[in-house]
Amino acid sequence: MGAVLFFIAAIGALVGAVGVVTQRNPFYAVLALVFHLLNLAGLFLLLRAEFVAAAQVVVYAGAVMVLYVFVVAYVGGIDTAPSLRPPVSRGQRTLALLFAAALFAELAIASLGSGLHAIDTQGPPYRAPFGQPAQIGELLLTRFLLPFEAASFLLLIAAVGAVALARRRAALEGESEEARRLSIAEIVRSPRQLGTGTMAEAVRGVPGRGAAPHDVAASVPSGSGVTGGTDEKTGGGW
Amino acid sequence: MNIGWYLAVSALIFSIGVAGVLTRRNPVVVLLCLELMLNAANIALIAFSRMHGNGDGQIFAIIVMVVAACEVCIGLGVVVALFRRRLPIDVDELRELHG
Repeated sequence: MGAVLFFIAAIGALVGAVGVVTQRNPFYAVLALVFHLLNLAGLFLLLRAEFVAAAQVVVYAGAVMVLYVFVVAYVGGIDTAPSLRPPVSRGQRTLALLFAAALFAELAIASLGSGLHAIDTQGPPYRAPFGQPAQIGELLLTRFLLPFEAASFLLLIAAVGAVALARRRAALEGESEEARRLSIAEIVRSPRQLGTGTMAEAVRGVPGRGAAPHDVAASVPSGSGVTGGTDEKTGGGW
Repeated sequence: MNIGWYLAVSALIFSIGVAGVLTRRNPVVVLLCLELMLNAANIALIAFSRMHGNGDGQIFAIIVMVVAACEVCIGLGVVVALFRRRLPIDVDELRELHG
């Protein structure tokens, strides 16, 4: 039974992986990756990693793939207009396939040809807390506390970086080469010019260009101190 | 199934991901292929965790998932920024990330 489930999940994962590489439309490639990830969660379950399998389905196949779908829908199907560019040359494709085959042979030799006798077994017998959320939580908060905190910092830095990268800028309307460059100096410059998409402008609107709809509601003296307090705080720069 | 089968599947998926990174030109699809490679590493980590019978490999896999989420966040942010500047969304033509 375990062997049948393994082959179903493994073949599904491989088909999904091949689909990601070969689909011309990026949207179908994302869908193939979702299929691949669901089959991978099946493999994790066969390896008794219940919590990781659940996290894979919820976080990866759910949240991260929705992010991909949003970006593909925003950027549009670029590969659907192949007439604008020549296709990838046959030599490059053959070279890439050769390199991948060589890498597979090397990985197979390294993993299967190693001296580990345990890879020919099914592992030790299953004991109760293995792979359950209790064990994962205990390990994360005791032995692996430092990697856990480092991962949280990494997530924070990535979120700030994504906001800084994808920020809307009014200067993009100009066609000059300087304005179209990705500029680190522009991101860290403070205080920035008017109309460059700061948080304060999102709340209050750009002076002289008409106010945001929230501005009318905020300017009404409602008597609650909460609205005034947040308005004062957002006046700073961001 | 024996642990070796899982390692073989991991190696195959990693190679497919490498081939995709080398041949595709859309940066979104290149990021998808990077996800394939990270997931292949995850299978190997969890297979070794099962082999040793302790949870260290699973913790490692969860950290890899966090790193993948960060990579997606920044990578897609770069793609959106490129699209806003009407630069070509093609890794062959984007030769520099000049600040």
